[in-house]
Amino acid sequence: MAKVKFTKALKRFFPTLGEYDTHALTLPEMFQEINTKYPGIINYILDEQGHLRKHVNIFINGAVIDDRVQLTDLFEADDEIYIIQALSGG
Amino acid sequence: MRKQTILLGTRKGFIAYRKTDNAWVLENFSFEGIPVSIAYADARNNTWWACLDHGHWGVKLHRSFDRGKTWQEMSAPAYPEGEEIKDGVPASTKYIWAMQDGGISHPHRLWLGTDPGGLFCSEDGGTSFALNTSLWNHPTRKAGWFGGGRDNPGIHSIVLDPRDANHIFIGISCAGVFESVDGGISWIIRNKGLKAEFLPDPNQETGHDPHLLIASPSNPDILWQQNHCGIFRSTDAGQQWHEISEKEGPANFGFAIAVAEDNPDQAWVAPATSDGNRIAIDGALCICRTDDGGKTWRQQRNGLPQSNCYDIVYRHALASSGDDLAFGTTTGNLFFSEDRGETWQVISNYLPMIHSVMFVV
Repeated sequence: MAKVKFTKALKRFFPTLGEYDTHALTLPEMFQEINTKYPGIINYILDEQGHLRKHVNIFINGAVIDDRVQLTDLFEADDEIYIIQALSGG
Repeated sequence: MRKQTILLGTRKGFIAYRKTDNAWVLENFSFEGIPVSIAYADARNNTWWACLDHGHWGVKLHRSFDRGKTWQEMSAPAYPEGEEIKDGVPASTKYIWAMQDGGISHPHRLWLGTDPGGLFCSEDGGTSFALNTSLWNHPTRKAGWFGGGRDNPGIHSIVLDPRDANHIFIGISCAGVFESVDGGISWIIRNKGLKAEFLPDPNQETGHDPHLLIASPSNPDILWQQNHCGIFRSTDAGQQWHEISEKEGPANFGFAIAVAEDNPDQAWVAPATSDGNRIAIDGALCICRTDDGGKTWRQQRNGLPQSNCYDIVYRHALASSGDDLAFGTTTGNLFFSEDRGETWQVISNYLPMIHSVMFVV
């Protein structure tokens, strides 16, 4: 199972958030799974069209994903998936 | 009842001041560090609303039934799957730019205006919002609306007729003024008499930039707007606009406008230098007031900084209530007047950038 890790910034809104091992095989499935564990969190990471928000990044084993729209990037069972905020603003 | 509370939407949170023993005291500070585009109170039920613009996590909407002590996150307005800003560009909510209760006759109705140009309505007190499809599908939208101040078209003004809650005006930057007389089922363009000097054809039907649209509470057929190209007024419910800018004075370019509750001829604007130079005029802050429907304007500077000042006033950051007036600035100054702008006092000089100001009870 791939391990999912989150930016600490999201703990402000979801205090019990922590890394976990996903059963999902795709990123869209993974977000549905995360949203079941932490209701509402999907709307913080994806917009209403299911696209990754502009200032959020997903890394799989240290490489930023290619497809921010359909989230078709693949991962393997022993991969690490990081959900982090992009640097922006002031 | 005199409104003794001021709500502020700021770049770093939601702030409420309350007048206590003749002094403005901080009552509430919520959403620390998070930009609040609009801080709003629904006068029908005293519910407070915070429209948040998280840099990273999207637009959020929260409400409070206890004056900000506790907040509840609601579903933010969302564009249905497949909707597009323009061909090939999916629509999603970028910003909540206006909030308006739906009137006493529709106690559970709320309106929201958004970037990228969608108007949303709730009929259940804000638990859920639906896109107004007739406006979204208006034949002028994809080709005739565009961004002004923001990347996409945005609805920043929602004006409800207190005599008829189904009679609504909205202001869109950039598209102009639209009117509905049937609760949002159909929309009529009301830009006649406006000018859009930034367009190849200044008299184009849409593409106008009303920075803020308001109605006179004592005569809702009298509309005012601080437009990108000057100040305009209509005395026939938007059928014809007349320019009332001051040609040889400061009352010309700006964003905010407020009208007296009891006098449809009295209004205030907060001038900036120009479109190309958005800063206080000559380093000094002034509010301009008209008492004759815009025929003449008078500068009100008593108590405002008159040197080394760089502030401007955003469109939702000037408010009037009875004799009281307040405005907040881009550099975090908050000023208050209890004599219709004749004299000003400072509430704070150390606030974050102020997006919205509202008097509430």
